[in-house]
Amino acid sequence: MSNRFVSPHVAQVPPSGIRRFFDIAGTMKGAISLGVGEPDFVTPYHIRNAAIESLLDGETQYTPNMGLLSLREEIAQYLSGRFHVSYDPAKEIMVTVGASEAIDLALRVCLRPGDEVIIPDPGYVSYAPCVTFAGGVPVAVPTLAADEFRLTAARLEAAITEKTRALIFPYPNNPTGAVMTREEMEKIAAVAAKHDLLVIADEIYIELTYAGEMLSFASLPGMQERTVLINGFSKAFAMTGWRLGYACAPREILYEMNKIHQYAIMCAPRQAQVAGIQALKHGRENGYDDVATMRTSYDRRRRVMVDALREMGLDCFEPRGAFYCFPSIAKTGLSSEEFCTRLLKEQKVVCVPGDAFGQSGSGHIRCCYATGMQLMLEAFSRMEKFIQSL
Amino acid sequence: MKSLKMQILEILNEDCRTPLERIAVMTGSQLTQVAQAIEELENDRVILHYSPIINWDRTDRERVEAMIEVKVTPQRDMGFDAIAGRIYRFDEVKSVYLMSGSYDLLVLVEARTLKELALFVSEKLSPLDTVTGTATSFVLKRYKQDGVVFVGETADKRLAVSP
Repeated sequence: MSNRFVSPHVAQVPPSGIRRFFDIAGTMKGAISLGVGEPDFVTPYHIRNAAIESLLDGETQYTPNMGLLSLREEIAQYLSGRFHVSYDPAKEIMVTVGASEAIDLALRVCLRPGDEVIIPDPGYVSYAPCVTFAGGVPVAVPTLAADEFRLTAARLEAAITEKTRALIFPYPNNPTGAVMTREEMEKIAAVAAKHDLLVIADEIYIELTYAGEMLSFASLPGMQERTVLINGFSKAFAMTGWRLGYACAPREILYEMNKIHQYAIMCAPRQAQVAGIQALKHGRENGYDDVATMRTSYDRRRRVMVDALREMGLDCFEPRGAFYCFPSIAKTGLSSEEFCTRLLKEQKVVCVPGDAFGQSGSGHIRCCYATGMQLMLEAFSRMEKFIQSL
Repeated sequence: MKSLKMQILEILNEDCRTPLERIAVMTGSQLTQVAQAIEELENDRVILHYSPIINWDRTDRERVEAMIEVKVTPQRDMGFDAIAGRIYRFDEVKSVYLMSGSYDLLVLVEARTLKELALFVSEKLSPLDTVTGTATSFVLKRYKQDGVVFVGETADKRLAVSP
């Protein structure tokens, strides 16, 4: 597709590999999808109701660019209470249209043309394109099943050049489910300090940590001044469609991020912000019971999925966060793409090819366990049939 | 962390056909631990019964249900327990609850026909010594029971594939 008005800078970036797969899956009847990337819970009732009430009260206007102050105050309390990081709600926290916007803003503010950004591979599909759009150069650093898909300090250090500006640090990880230990995170922090890197910590899945410590990168000694902490409501409160995220950063960085946001976006939708206040306030007063219930439910399904994939004969690293398994399908002799396409055509189960998340994802598939238990069991039995037919 | 027994109760409450092996996987415990915990829950009468939720309207079984509000005179030393016991022994009675408010017992009754049910009230329930009044309401439609919705669509609103 080309048009003389389209800039080659944008046209050169391929569309998401996931998108192409979606087009096939969308038209198929009776397919079971393990390709979903969002919770299977509906936003808790009291949160939805808070948004409805605010609409009925006529709260339909713009909010401040940075977001409602009461929301930023709740975010500050949430982060300090839960992750022991302290941010000033007036100058160091801004509300964005999903965590995705926050990632884009951080990159656009901090990258000079040609700056390199290190991205653990496999990783979320938008990091590399956003780096490119911002004029930077994405540098993929492989993470391996043998390392439990954690970013190792050695691999990070090996990828650093004099042009390296930033590291995107997305744990718990989509698509692998990897979680970093404190010790490993401290090693990454040491490398970041040594080479003076900005760390963009995408912690959208942090509440969905099933084993190990729930640790925010900015809470490590000395890291807050070089970290843009990114989080949101999508995964912890099952609020994907509300598009509500936030960024926390040193005030000079946040000031510039807000400038782009102010000109390009204005503000996140008011109703989503009101709902976000309710989510955090209720959570604070009730021991974050909503997310605890969801976490328990995901955790049980996580164990069932790992067990089932291994029963099928696939090598499957045990994910410790998010809601994905990332098994290797190398044994089948098929590529990720072939495996997923044939699985969909022959048994009507949707999984996402691992290489949609980067080169290092090849030979793997991503399976989401935010799926009803009965559907999941049916999907496993179909997958088993498929694998046996190979 | 919740006790294994509490986790098992939650899992069985969602699906009482969950095999022991799967419960063991879900809770990260040994099969023998799960089996023993369930046995204890049964012996302690924490788990009383395993039964499915059935939408009888989609079968050809004739069936009427009613909820009967019953006013009674409590008995000395026995309170409501004795009369409740008299009532729950009838086969037609599916549930009996002691209630706060304007009546004392809520009795859920099931019968094959409307006539049978009416006869139950007039010939079995009302004549009981301590029953001073009844108000019968028939169930017309069941929308939700024990957390399960009977009507409407349950389609997944999510995109089949998303990043």
